[in-house]
Amino acid sequence: MLIKIPKSWQLSESDATPENIYKERRRFMKGTAAVITGGIAGSLLGRDAFAAWVRGEKLPNVVQSQYTTDEELTPYDDVTQYNNFYEFGTNKGDPYDNALDFKTKPWTVEIAGEVNNPGIYDVEDLLRPHQMEHRIYRHRCVETWSMVVPWVGVTLADIIKRLEPTSRAKYIAFETLHDPKQMPGQNRNVLQWPYVEGLRMDEAMNPLTLLATGVYGEVMPPQNGAPIRLIIPWKYGFKGIKSIVKITFTEKEPPTSWNVSAPREYGFYANVNPEVSHPRWSQAKERRIGSFFKQPTLMFNGYGEDVAHLYSGMDLAKYF
Amino acid sequence: MSTNVDTMNRLSFSMPYRAKWWLMFGLMAAPLAWLIGSALTGGLGANPIEAINRFLGDWALRILLVTLAVTPLKLMFGLTWPVRMRRMLGLWAFAYVALHITNYVAIDQFFDWGDIWRDILKRKFITAGFVAFLIISALAATSWNGAIKRMGVQAWKRLHKLVYWAGVLGCLHYIWMVKADLREPLIHIAILAVLLGVRVYHNLRVYYA
Ligand code: HEM
Repeated sequence: MLIKIPKSWQLSESDATPENIYKERRRFMKGTAAVITGGIAGSLLGRDAFAAWVRGEKLPNVVQSQYTTDEELTPYDDVTQYNNFYEFGTNKGDPYDNALDFKTKPWTVEIAGEVNNPGIYDVEDLLRPHQMEHRIYRHRCVETWSMVVPWVGVTLADIIKRLEPTSRAKYIAFETLHDPKQMPGQNRNVLQWPYVEGLRMDEAMNPLTLLATGVYGEVMPPQNGAPIRLIIPWKYGFKGIKSIVKITFTEKEPPTSWNVSAPREYGFYANVNPEVSHPRWSQAKERRIGSFFKQPTLMFNGYGEDVAHLYSGMDLAKYF
Repeated sequence: MSTNVDTMNRLSFSMPYRAKWWLMFGLMAAPLAWLIGSALTGGLGANPIEAINRFLGDWALRILLVTLAVTPLKLMFGLTWPVRMRRMLGLWAFAYVALHITNYVAIDQFFDWGDIWRDILKRKFITAGFVAFLIISALAATSWNGAIKRMGVQAWKRLHKLVYWAGVLGCLHYIWMVKADLREPLIHIAILAVLLGVRVYHNLRVYYA
């Protein structure tokens, strides 16, 4: 069997990777055709022909974060072609195949609930005032595989502070776009659509929690949850809700999609915990994508120093 | 019934039995050849071990269902050539099951017998797969002609009736394993239900005739 060895990757701004465009010829051709025909049709119809994602667009003004790791990065192709994003299909390759033409521009996010600055924000306006950072996080899926991913995003806490939640805001709820025309997976009720997720306010305010908009220094491809998605590195991947269109500040714990689907298997907290098994498999070990052997899973995915205090005194087997 | 038989005989390949046997043998070997080819060329994606496990599990169950289709084909269409190659089909099902489990033991768990045993006892989808594996192994071990003589035809037949349970447990193993999307396991269960239904219908007709 062939085990892929990740190539090393540097974070320098000059490190554009157009060679990948040629490697992905099918997609490149499709993209080019879309731009050309879209440009013509768009000029006739007055529609934005460049709304679809194109590979290789660097994100400007990104600084290096203190949150990083020297573990080997998971290769770009694996990060962007092995995804759980049921809105585009339930196989890991489906999002890559079906999300190519997903429209991420323009994109608005509704801010609602217990907050002083509610409204409908263009995603760029929501992010622009804040510093974008390169952060390298471990990513642990509840299915026992893991990756190391260089995300680009802004600290969620910064945005929350600007939106000024009221004193009644104890939780924060997120919602993914519901658009079966663009998201073919939503034509079947595998989960209840739209996908919803939530955090306790102190979890959302933790500096590790990231609203990501890019990977590998570039604009995030749709299959990874463009244009913005949540990253909570000490929780299982499914908490990291993708393609967010609504953020609501609430007093009560909001429903979360996998918990609604299988309450015995997926809790609200979903903290990475090697000692609490999923009912159908152990969580003690994980396979890093690209590795042959499994490795032990770390409590809170190795982020205990930053987050363990959030759960002091809680029975994590009960609040799993 | 007779028109069915006529049509099937006309449609059935006018091919010597040996050629049919080799054709079916090749069809059963093809998925394995594809898997080996893909593994050697790095075509199994980001998580090849998971891909291999799923691919082998899928084909183990599919070929088990093919084997279970042999009797319904005879009952409904009077086809007899599949019956003659049933042993070959069943042994292919065993081969895919054995490879699926070897992959799980040797590569996925890397001979961590403690974890493997805990899986078998604690996870009901693995328990179901394990029992199905025991059944299929027993059938493979007694698939040679001498075994029929030694065991006696009646006992041998009784043992080999367990293949239905292997099919049921294989399907349970699949549906209990899935996270949320039940479509594929339900398709397999529907096919199994039809195959078993044909037999039940036939037995009832014989019984009340
Ligand atoms: C000791 C016996 C067995 C063990 C330990 C075992 C183990 C597994 C495991 C761990 C998976 C999950 C793979 C994943 O989550 O990616 C799986 C899936 C599967 N297994 Fe087994 N298995 C056993 C026996 C069988 C048998 C006897 C059959 C068929 C007759 C079978 C058919 C399948 C199928 C169809 C799947 C689903 C593949 C998919 O998702 O497409 N397994 N098995």
